[in-house]
Amino acid sequence: MATTTTRKKKPVDTSKKLERMAVDVARSAKRGEDPGFDIPTRSLSNAAFDERKKIITMGDAAQRRNFFNLGQAKKFMQTMLVASGCKELSDQGKTTSIRDMFYHCKHTIKGTKENTFDTQDESDPIIEDLEVTIGSIREELGLFAENKGNMVGPMTIVDNGDTIDLSRMGSGGWGVPSIVEPNVIEFKKSDAKFVLLIEKSAVWNRFNQDRFWEKYNCAIIHGGGQPPRGVRRMVYRMHKELKLPVYVLADNDPWGYYIYSVLKQGSINLAFESQRMAIPSARFIGMSAFDREEFGFTNVIDLNDKDVNRLKEIAAYPWFAKKKPWQKEIQAMLKSGVKMELETASSKDFSFITEEYMPQKLKKKQWLD
Amino acid sequence: MPKSSAPSTSAKKKPAATAETMAAKQKEIAVSEFFAKNRHLLGFDNPRKALLTTIKEAVDNSLDACEEAGILPDIHVTIEALNGGTKRAKKPKDAETPVSDSDSGVEEVPSLTNATKFKVTVRDNGPGIVKAQIPNVFGRLLYGSKFHRLRMSRGQQGIGISAAGMYGLLTTGQPVQIISKTGPRAKCHRFELAIDTLKNRPEITVDDVLDEWTDRDGDKIRQGTEVAITLEGKFQRGRASVDEYLEQTAIANPHARIVYTAPDLEHRVFPREVDDVPETPDEIKPHPYGVELGVLMRMLKETKHSKLGEFLQQSFSRVSPKVAKEITDIAGKAKVGTITLQSYCSSLNHGQIEAIHNAISETKIQNPPTDCLVPIGPQQILKGLLKEIKAEFYTAETRDPQVYRGNPFQIEVGLAFGGDIPAGDGSKVIRFANRVPLLYQPAACSITKAVVQTNWRNYGMSQPRSSLPDAPLVVFIHMASVWVPFTSESKEAIADYDEIRKEITLAIKECGRKLNTYIRRKQRVAREGQRRDVFAKYIGEVVAACGRMTELDPEKLFEDLKNVARSRTETADRQLDDEGNFIKPAKKAGKLDGDANVVVIERDDDEDEDADASAAEGESPAITTDQPEHAAA
Repeated sequence: MATTTTRKKKPVDTSKKLERMAVDVARSAKRGEDPGFDIPTRSLSNAAFDERKKIITMGDAAQRRNFFNLGQAKKFMQTMLVASGCKELSDQGKTTSIRDMFYHCKHTIKGTKENTFDTQDESDPIIEDLEVTIGSIREELGLFAENKGNMVGPMTIVDNGDTIDLSRMGSGGWGVPSIVEPNVIEFKKSDAKFVLLIEKSAVWNRFNQDRFWEKYNCAIIHGGGQPPRGVRRMVYRMHKELKLPVYVLADNDPWGYYIYSVLKQGSINLAFESQRMAIPSARFIGMSAFDREEFGFTNVIDLNDKDVNRLKEIAAYPWFAKKKPWQKEIQAMLKSGVKMELETASSKDFSFITEEYMPQKLKKKQWLD
Repeated sequence: MPKSSAPSTSAKKKPAATAETMAAKQKEIAVSEFFAKNRHLLGFDNPRKALLTTIKEAVDNSLDACEEAGILPDIHVTIEALNGGTKRAKKPKDAETPVSDSDSGVEEVPSLTNATKFKVTVRDNGPGIVKAQIPNVFGRLLYGSKFHRLRMSRGQQGIGISAAGMYGLLTTGQPVQIISKTGPRAKCHRFELAIDTLKNRPEITVDDVLDEWTDRDGDKIRQGTEVAITLEGKFQRGRASVDEYLEQTAIANPHARIVYTAPDLEHRVFPREVDDVPETPDEIKPHPYGVELGVLMRMLKETKHSKLGEFLQQSFSRVSPKVAKEITDIAGKAKVGTITLQSYCSSLNHGQIEAIHNAISETKIQNPPTDCLVPIGPQQILKGLLKEIKAEFYTAETRDPQVYRGNPFQIEVGLAFGGDIPAGDGSKVIRFANRVPLLYQPAACSITKAVVQTNWRNYGMSQPRSSLPDAPLVVFIHMASVWVPFTSESKEAIADYDEIRKEITLAIKECGRKLNTYIRRKQRVAREGQRRDVFAKYIGEVVAACGRMTELDPEKLFEDLKNVARSRTETADRQLDDEGNFIKPAKKAGKLDGDANVVVIERDDDEDEDADASAAEGESPAITTDQPEHAAA
């Protein structure tokens, strides 16, 4: 495989880092010390907004995870199990899904009735812990999430050696893999003028069916809610390597705003990955709180308390705090007390969103930055 | 004793009579006859109790005698069943060869449930009793050395042993048998006495001199007293039994060795743990505050001092010339005639004596001297508890002496917790007065009241409303006094004086706090154990994971991690003081450390790693006076 050469170098680093974890444990134990490692804190308090780069970066705060601490002992053990699983993957030059890694590490502890892991909800955060701890991203650990997200557009790519014309993907589109690094995905030819990231697959289906991408020469991609890393990384590479502007079409609710926020500045959780994923110039094309009046949408949902709190949090994010249009947008939603889903456009006409809404937004440049 | 038979206390209710006429009449009452009718007053209500009381009186006398003579008591208690059992060594019915399993020459053990007649023998190594006094001591009620002086001793009235003998005589017709030898070279006298219950006089049926006195093993007995009483009784084990009485006696008297042979031939030895005879307490004069009107009258009548001032100063403690003057001055104002220091004792009439009695209570008089009390002492209590109760935590306290009704007294408390003490049936209170166990009437006793009123929840135990705490706990409480206020002459319960109950409560609290510290420490240790278990559970996984990631010796890593786990959990112990706060490492242990009145015994009931370490030191549990469990490892 042509890609193996590029893939070989990084895993060696990762493998070394993993091995060092084990060596450190043995060394601590020998000295009679409590083995442990520092896990950079993944919370808003340790995430800083880099004003210059316009992305979220991670601070220096870290939490020590010790073995001989009652609250951390199990997680420590779990981290070592995942680390050892990743080490095996690296050494064998293989990759696997995070689900498979969960099953790889799950077993009953000898002499007890306790399992090392009970659900994947336990192992996924441990994988994130491991990523930030050794500073190797998941892909370098040989792990991928389930594929999620589809894409079509006037462009051709090479996916793991297979040339794929993204304008000929039928109704389903091309499934965006979890790992879209250049060793897996290469861009071959592109006529796209911009990238449109759509929050929901149902709406993306509408855009595909109506061949919006053909008419407007754009790549349309969705991530099924909060876009997974593969999708974000894909959008990032198109933006960076193909110099395409990026527009985000999401629900008119706090969650939609947050999806945009993550794509634009990076997430708080994976702030250390912002550099390779965040697209500070991405634009929020909808839906806006002002669209109800603009387009006469009627299907609205009342905000609940959780929505209101979340909105206030988002409004206070440093990357929104100083942006007047965003403050106006959020205030408008709070004031109206309602939110709208993308599907609200369908109440007028099923293709209203592709034939009226998006064209007008693009034409009148009705987006937020 | 019933009040009517005690000349001292009855006059109060019949003010019309004079003390003299009263006293004269009462001397005519045959106490022995009274007892024959009212035996329950002295603890002979039923056969079971009668057996216990008999032994109790004999053992108490022996202990008192030995201690007074400065001898370490060595007491042999034997109970033989005389009837009710399967017959001993069955004789063959015919002339046929008597070879069968049951005829192997071994005596059959009498059936205890049927036996109603017993012979109780109690022998001591005490000073013995001079020949002339033997009949009086064992054959007369209210005869003895203890009633007429205020001194801390087990016996108080001189009723006990003669009452037991009388009871035996009444129920079986058998005389009391006494052997006494006052020294290695002294003659050994053997008496058999019956008691004339009408005259309260001994009737000597046998008066012998023995050439040789030997014990069962044929060893010569150098000196001592043996009393044997045959009586109607019932032998049972369990609560309020002879066994229990001897067990508790052994606790409160660790300086005594008691050898006990039960009617089923079971042999028990309560070993001596302390080699010092308790100091002989000083005899004191009564304190004016404690004297009752009737007693005062009798004292005035009997005194050799002619003048009141002299009488007051000489007959009572803490009465200085100044105090005596104060008393007579106040009494003189009562308008019952002139009362001065110079008044003649014999000329005082009842009204005047009453005025003096009232004056005493109005005069401020210093508390009586308390050096007349000889408490058991915390260390001895601990030794006593240690040898008879298999607990894991022991603590004891002796309070400073206090005074009730002019009588000095002192309270001691010991607690034994955990270990083999059964949990679940509630805790047990063992009560003592002047080192004598009190086995009956717990509910009437000030001690029980104090224990129940204590809030044991403060000490980490559950306690059902107004009852004893529900915990594996033995509460030892001892009252030492020159005059213990028993609720009855059978000496079963201590009267509930506020001063006494308060002192008991305070002593319990002192011990309770230490116990609480221990319990909390133990809980913390248990938590540490759980923590350790958590780590131990995961160590295997961590070692395996590390082993897959790098080349290392898994066994070495396993050992290393186990060692860290051990030291981590130990460290956590030491960093916490008794309140659970972090303390500086230098002050490594808590409050109990260095407390001589606390004993903690490590019992290896769980098999975690550190238990191995301490068990390696020896087979018997290591006794430490102050160490928390993990400090030794």
